[in-house]
Amino acid sequence: MKGVSCRWLVLGGAALILLPFALELLLGNGWVRIVDFALLYVLLALGLNIVVGYAGLLDLGYVAFFAVGAYVYALLNSPQWGLHWPIWIALPAGALLAACFGVLLGAPTLKLRGDYLAIVTLGFGEIIRIFLNNLDSPINITNGPQGIELIDSLHFGSLSLGQMHHVLGLRIPAVVNVYYLFLVVVVLGMVFSHRLERSRIGRAWAAIREDEVAAASMGLNTRNLKLLAFAMGASFGGLSGGLFAGFQGFVSPESFTLQESVMILCMVVLGGMGHIAGVVLGAMLLAILPEALRAAGDWEQMVFGRIWVDPSNLRLLLFGMALVLMMLRRPGGLWPSNARRNELQGQ
Amino acid sequence: MATFFQQLVNGLTLGSIYALVALGYTMVYGIMELINFAHGDMVMVGALVTLSLTHVLAGLGVPLALALPLSLLGAMAVCMALGWLIERVAYRPLRRAPRLAPLITAIGLSMVIEQVAALLWGRGYLTFSLPVSRVWNLGGVVVTPIQTGVLGLSLLLMWGLLWLVRKTSLGRAMRATAQNPEVARLMGVDTDQVISMTFVLGSALAAVAGLMVVAYYGIGNYTMGFMLGLKAFTAAVLGGIGSLAGAMWGGLLLGVVEALGAGYIGDVTGGLFGSNYKDVFAFLVLIGVLIFHPQGLLGGRAGEKV
Amino acid sequence: MDEYPLLVAERIGKHFGGLRALQGVSLSLGEKTITGLIGPNGAGKTTFFNVLTGIYKPDEGTVHFAGAPLPSGKPHRVAERGIARTFQNIRLFSQMTVLENVMVGRHLRTRAGLLGALFKTAGTLREEQAIRDRAFQLLEFVGIAAHATRVAATLSYGDQRRLEIARALATDPRLLALDEPAAGMNAMERKRLGGLLEQIRNMGTAVLLIEHDVRWVMGLCDRITVLDHGERIAEGTPREVQTDLRVIEAYLGTSRSVTA
Repeated sequence: MKGVSCRWLVLGGAALILLPFALELLLGNGWVRIVDFALLYVLLALGLNIVVGYAGLLDLGYVAFFAVGAYVYALLNSPQWGLHWPIWIALPAGALLAACFGVLLGAPTLKLRGDYLAIVTLGFGEIIRIFLNNLDSPINITNGPQGIELIDSLHFGSLSLGQMHHVLGLRIPAVVNVYYLFLVVVVLGMVFSHRLERSRIGRAWAAIREDEVAAASMGLNTRNLKLLAFAMGASFGGLSGGLFAGFQGFVSPESFTLQESVMILCMVVLGGMGHIAGVVLGAMLLAILPEALRAAGDWEQMVFGRIWVDPSNLRLLLFGMALVLMMLRRPGGLWPSNARRNELQGQ
Repeated sequence: MATFFQQLVNGLTLGSIYALVALGYTMVYGIMELINFAHGDMVMVGALVTLSLTHVLAGLGVPLALALPLSLLGAMAVCMALGWLIERVAYRPLRRAPRLAPLITAIGLSMVIEQVAALLWGRGYLTFSLPVSRVWNLGGVVVTPIQTGVLGLSLLLMWGLLWLVRKTSLGRAMRATAQNPEVARLMGVDTDQVISMTFVLGSALAAVAGLMVVAYYGIGNYTMGFMLGLKAFTAAVLGGIGSLAGAMWGGLLLGVVEALGAGYIGDVTGGLFGSNYKDVFAFLVLIGVLIFHPQGLLGGRAGEKV
Repeated sequence: MDEYPLLVAERIGKHFGGLRALQGVSLSLGEKTITGLIGPNGAGKTTFFNVLTGIYKPDEGTVHFAGAPLPSGKPHRVAERGIARTFQNIRLFSQMTVLENVMVGRHLRTRAGLLGALFKTAGTLREEQAIRDRAFQLLEFVGIAAHATRVAATLSYGDQRRLEIARALATDPRLLALDEPAAGMNAMERKRLGGLLEQIRNMGTAVLLIEHDVRWVMGLCDRITVLDHGERIAEGTPREVQTDLRVIEAYLGTSRSVTA
């Protein structure tokens, strides 16, 4: 048994290592880039899963933490302030600040009913964007709607991931460098999520999700534990934001809309709340979906000679419908964990 | 001082719109303890339907004095049907589900309504102008007929709603259901129907609020319901969620706070922040209320029920 | 009886809107005792429990526990001080396993934090094993260790009640407060439960229980407090309470008008 799972682990690992080269050969560099972004979404979904899936709290402004992380990295690594800090400071700084925002936001609301948290986070997501858009005066911090450009690419000392490298005669382009970094971070994120879930803290979160009153009566400080889940999820968002800024090279407020928050929520719900594998699946599916819709648009253009309904405009409609239908028909998601499946069906 | 009174008038106008929308949130919350995230979008649907119908009727040569009320009635009918449908399809099956489930369908629905509206009306801004150019100038304070119309109509509707809830049998059934659905059902109240009617009523008010918004600002767009909904919810929390009178006072108060805030923020901060931060006030009010006085101005309950 | 009682609740009052649920209710109990709280439906027993365990804040009165005032309105602080409870309408973490339910109860008496969990430090692993061992031990104590890996919701009614007791015991309480622990049990199960509670008392944990079955309580408890309409109408040993006229009246209700 152990030998079999070990073999699968090695095979799977090898496949993941070879994937970018296969993609590059078969579909071109563009697809490696798409997978890179998909990995960032996986990290975001894992973070939101801690909040929604483990602790049962609804965060509708999760993208705000992504934005905080992205802008922290951008400010510490661009001509905007003339700073060029190493990523082992810039990335944790973003994650930490995001967690602080999470605590600030959660502290007043988490002692109240869950609905208040939902609405406050919804508001916060928008407010962050208003600030990002307007903090170009009186002191120029965020550079307003234009955003921050010329952000340093992700780098370790003098080794920049933003350039092509040659290793043993093999060409490794920037998107592939980044792929490996993101892959490592995502795997770490999965391992940490898994360990959290099985820990004393994770058990306490599950207890709060199942019955908050009983949990409190067993001596769980429900507010602090919820705050911890919220901060933990926010730090995943912040980290992901930093990676995003370093990868894309520019950030602007329009990357951080409510629609993004809903999309990340959709990944978690569609995949299976509280189930790491399900969440990864959901994130991958929905991150690749826009590309599929783009292809559908080309196909429509070809067949009808014009575009009647732009399929990429249907993306958000589909997300909304997916949320409703999943809750009504398959509340445990496409790939539910065993416990969660029963729970959401109220059995 | 003229600025103050001017902002006060503007704030009251805005606030009465918030109040109408807040009533929808508070009624649904009072009866089934659910935040209906799609309620703000109902305002948007009401606004855009009114706007389109008015254009169509005007094109047919119907005089505006007739076209406008007709369009409003049409929009109310659409919203009421939509509100009924939403409750039936998306909320009713989840009444016994974990709390997270209806919140998630609610946000999903909100998304669906917005995107369908975007397909129907496009993503641009639609204009709407009423041919009223006359204004009253009261000692430097400018009051438009639209403002008086908005204020008058919303006061009328609020009075009507209070009458309905306090004096009619439907109102009695609503109050009974809000207090204790189980007991209400035992006493012969058809609670399912009461909940449906609550959604229908709230949606009708939202449609009227929609007309007011497009009439007041002159433009409409498929995203207009979002911020409005957020603010109206804030108003409901401010007044004490579950309380009708609270929603009204909360709405008016929030409108005034926001108008005064937007009017004075530049002066107070020495030009550091401008009126582009006006949307932040509602949010600060919401957080402030939740920290210091979560039960709101007029009672209601915010804590977990045991 | 103990010289210094473990729990002293004095003149507790609680009302909901116009309804007076509790009025001037006092109760004290010592260590190594089983105390019964009885009374007709709606007498305020569960409300009293909720005040005691911090779920409600009392409008009047104070509660002292082990010589110090008990924080009100903070259930987790009450549990920390050493009062653990069960619920009338069983509130288990129904989709977690039986063992996990009890392990949650150990949360309070263990320390492992975030970093320990993320990096699986030796201390954390050791503590986790200790939690598991202790939880299993408690399941054996209440007699449901065989079901340790089952999902809690699938247990029989009686076993769910037992699991709630094991979960409460996991917090190392000095007082175990049970809200109708014998509800829905047959005579046989009741007898076994009674034995279990006596064992718990003899090991040094005081027991306070709400119960309807007067005969069962009489045989089990050291002292009994009777509530009716939110007021304490009697307090004493089972024998004293049994012969109290007000108690007989409260339970039989119309007895006086019938005989008069």
